[in-house]
Amino acid sequence: MKSKTEDMSCFLAAVARERDVEAFETLFRHYGPRVKAYMARQTRDQQAAEELMQETMMVVWNKAALFDPSRGNVSAWIFTIARNLRVSAYRKQNRPEFDPNDPAFVPEDVMPADQELESRQEADRLHKAMRQLPKEQLDLLQRSFFHEIPHSALAKEFDLPLGTVKSRIRMAFAKLRAALDDSQGGDR
Amino acid sequence: MSVHHHVSDELLLDYANGSLSEGWSIAVATHLALCPHCRKRLSAMEATAGAMIESLEPEPPQASDADTSWQAMRARLEADKVGNRGQSIADKPASAAPKFAEVPVLPEPLRSYLGKDIDGLKWKPLGRGAYHIKIKTGDVDTSVRLLRIPAGKPVPEHSHGGRELTLVLKGSFYDGQGRFARGDLEEADQDVEHQPIADEGEDCICLAVTDAPLRFKSRLVRLVQPILGI
Repeated sequence: MKSKTEDMSCFLAAVARERDVEAFETLFRHYGPRVKAYMARQTRDQQAAEELMQETMMVVWNKAALFDPSRGNVSAWIFTIARNLRVSAYRKQNRPEFDPNDPAFVPEDVMPADQELESRQEADRLHKAMRQLPKEQLDLLQRSFFHEIPHSALAKEFDLPLGTVKSRIRMAFAKLRAALDDSQGGDR
Repeated sequence: MSVHHHVSDELLLDYANGSLSEGWSIAVATHLALCPHCRKRLSAMEATAGAMIESLEPEPPQASDADTSWQAMRARLEADKVGNRGQSIADKPASAAPKFAEVPVLPEPLRSYLGKDIDGLKWKPLGRGAYHIKIKTGDVDTSVRLLRIPAGKPVPEHSHGGRELTLVLKGSFYDGQGRFARGDLEEADQDVEHQPIADEGEDCICLAVTDAPLRFKSRLVRLVQPILGI
């Protein structure tokens, strides 16, 4: 049986290739409510959350061909689209980003042979590793991502010393990164 | 060439979750352009956020709501099709990026803020042979500047009122603890007092982002600080 993540990347590929509306409907019915829930963490206005979700899915429809599995899985890609729309909706500032086509951009040295397979396996390992994170670390990360809170403000909110927040963030990502790097260590 | 001083997890997380304001983000994003290692770390964070979205419990699912929502989306797709008949992303002409004979010193997104690469920039004197250029952003809480420190010369000694990010773009400096060269990012806060000295050989150009005017140790420098606008 295929994993959910794998299915979703097939549907996205169909949208990119054939402008397949049925495939897009599947993506929409899966991600739409989740993206709306993400938007609703920032605003209590359900109408606004619905509108931002629709905007997000419109970008997914239009830019499906630009999805690059070597840079992450479908849910990570949709998160970045939703995040950028939320930032521009609620903060009148740019969010500067690097440009992979810039002549000054320094590319990766080596690309794994089968990026797509690699990133599917990574997603599975990441989910497993997240389930094993201590609750205190997971809570911080969830609050950080869903509510767009800088780490210094997290310290106040959780009533923790700044150093504790930093070290929890570092410990959490050390474990998650280790899980993502596993295959390379194992195969070589 | 590889980068040795990387962005911290907590700062990268602020960038990944969208909460980092524009001024700081210019330094982080430009560091990312030069550092594949940190782009991988960013991807890991975005994958984590994606997995969290995946496991979000949507609002109590009501079939009729989901259908209404899909119908609205469907209508937009139709309207979009009529509007851009036959046009897709792939058809867009490649943007006419200016050609560079050499690798630009200023990577994106920084270069766009200055409008050009380092040749022909209007440097303002800062004293003791150093120069700077203020960079305008939409972020009033930070000060973003390009600094040029002459080879072998120190940056005036200072402690910080807050956070300071320094990204080296050309040349290198030594801050008493480590050497910083192209792509290296130094993160300092109010607890750090350091005296970076540009290495011999060539001028050091770096991007400096601060959230408060720097407090210089020397009374003389403090006196002229408002005049120099640093």
